Amino acid sequence: MKNITLTIIFSLCTIQIFAQGKYFTRTGHISFFSKATLENIEAHNQQGTCILDSENGEIALSVLMKGFEFEKALMQEHFNENYIESHKFPKSTFKGKIANFDEVNFQDNGKYNVKVQGELTIHGETKSVESEGILEVSDNTISAHTTFPVAVKDYKIKIPKTVINNIAEVVEVKVELELKPYNR
Amino acid sequence: MNKKVPVFCMLLIILALPKLQAQEDLLELLEEETKDGNSVNYTYATFKATRIINGQSVENTAGGVLSFIIAHRFGKINDGFYELFGLDQSTIRFGLEYGITDDLNIGLGRSSFQKTFDVYAKYKLLKQSSGAKNIPVTLSLFSGIAATGVRDLNPDGEDMFSSRLSYSYQLLLARKFSNNFSLQLSPTLIHRNLVRTPQINNDVIALGAGARYKLSNRVTLNAEYFYRFENENLGNDTYNAIALGLDIETGGHVFQLHITNSRGMLERYFVAETTGDITDGDIFFGFNINRVFTIVEK
Repeated sequence: MKNITLTIIFSLCTIQIFAQGKYFTRTGHISFFSKATLENIEAHNQQGTCILDSENGEIALSVLMKGFEFEKALMQEHFNENYIESHKFPKSTFKGKIANFDEVNFQDNGKYNVKVQGELTIHGETKSVESEGILEVSDNTISAHTTFPVAVKDYKIKIPKTVINNIAEVVEVKVELELKPYNR
Repeated sequence: MNKKVPVFCMLLIILALPKLQAQEDLLELLEEETKDGNSVNYTYATFKATRIINGQSVENTAGGVLSFIIAHRFGKINDGFYELFGLDQSTIRFGLEYGITDDLNIGLGRSSFQKTFDVYAKYKLLKQSSGAKNIPVTLSLFSGIAATGVRDLNPDGEDMFSSRLSYSYQLLLARKFSNNFSLQLSPTLIHRNLVRTPQINNDVIALGAGARYKLSNRVTLNAEYFYRFENENLGNDTYNAIALGLDIETGGHVFQLHITNSRGMLERYFVAETTGDITDGDIFFGFNINRVFTIVEK
């Protein structure tokens, strides 16, 4: 009996060591694209933070809205002041997991099509979302990218009628991440 | 055997605990990770436009952006219906403003009031920020030269070009206290090469104060006052400038609607030579329209 207990304890300890399998980045590239009749608007943020737990496929992503850079200074000011209200809602976050986690082998190099499900919070509004993306495991790095649509209305971002031709109702959001092993 | 089962269970629970805690919340973990990220958080949009009402604000036209400003001041509202409450008479200033960098602006303009040309530069020396770099205020320097083009400016004497010039210098010190409230102090020096009578001092020193309160994301209420320090002679029938206005923002435009006791739209005219006596009801309605054009994209 003692032996069995010890074996179990030992094996649990080993799992504990493997449980460190978290991957992290603070330089995630998050961008969005709005295509409207009068103009196209594009913004980039290079400071997205993301953590991925390779043990259970859980993902969390967070980005400071003030960090989005636009080609026109006034767009950036209006984005923060009038639309996203970054003084009230400084961050957008995503919390979810890889739905087809079983199909991904984090130990082997390779490319995997993944389905991600979770809750996206923008402008203080949380919505359940689902998106497909690509996960690439290579040595010590996990690259991930996905593109998904965000309907501005869903997140209670008000667009006045006067600029209805300048801002798309559905904005395309792109996430590109390069995650490295996370050591606390 | 019977004794060992609870011990075994306990061990399992103890070992599993840290694992459960580790999975507790990835978002919180991210929060912790980004907390110590020493980033500087610069304040933006202390005011909506480069002018609070008449006077300059600490705001600049961004680098590579050209701003076209059309400003009007109408006649006195108390002139009554005959002048359609001042709307029959208007003075206008056309101006262009360009951001050489985000911090350095140059501008030029022409006012119908006294047929005046003006050029100026504004430089942002300090930017209000929090985080790794904590600066409580934004500080800008403003310097402008104006030249009046009126014919026979000095009928009694020699008409020299230098007589047409006046200079204005300002320190613009502003703080955005909250998202809604910003306050600015503007110590001002005006020098005029030629004044109406020899008794009037050529220099005027004043302290301007301006504030804005956000009524909504796109509308702000602004107020402005220039207090002139007592000097030998400020000139009869001139008053301290006061103004009250609304900024309305629509996409690429900012509309500034206001009432003021000044008719001129240049520092010399509103700080030193405001003629409207507010106690007599000499109030002018006016507006500024700012339209920006991005010349160089980032």
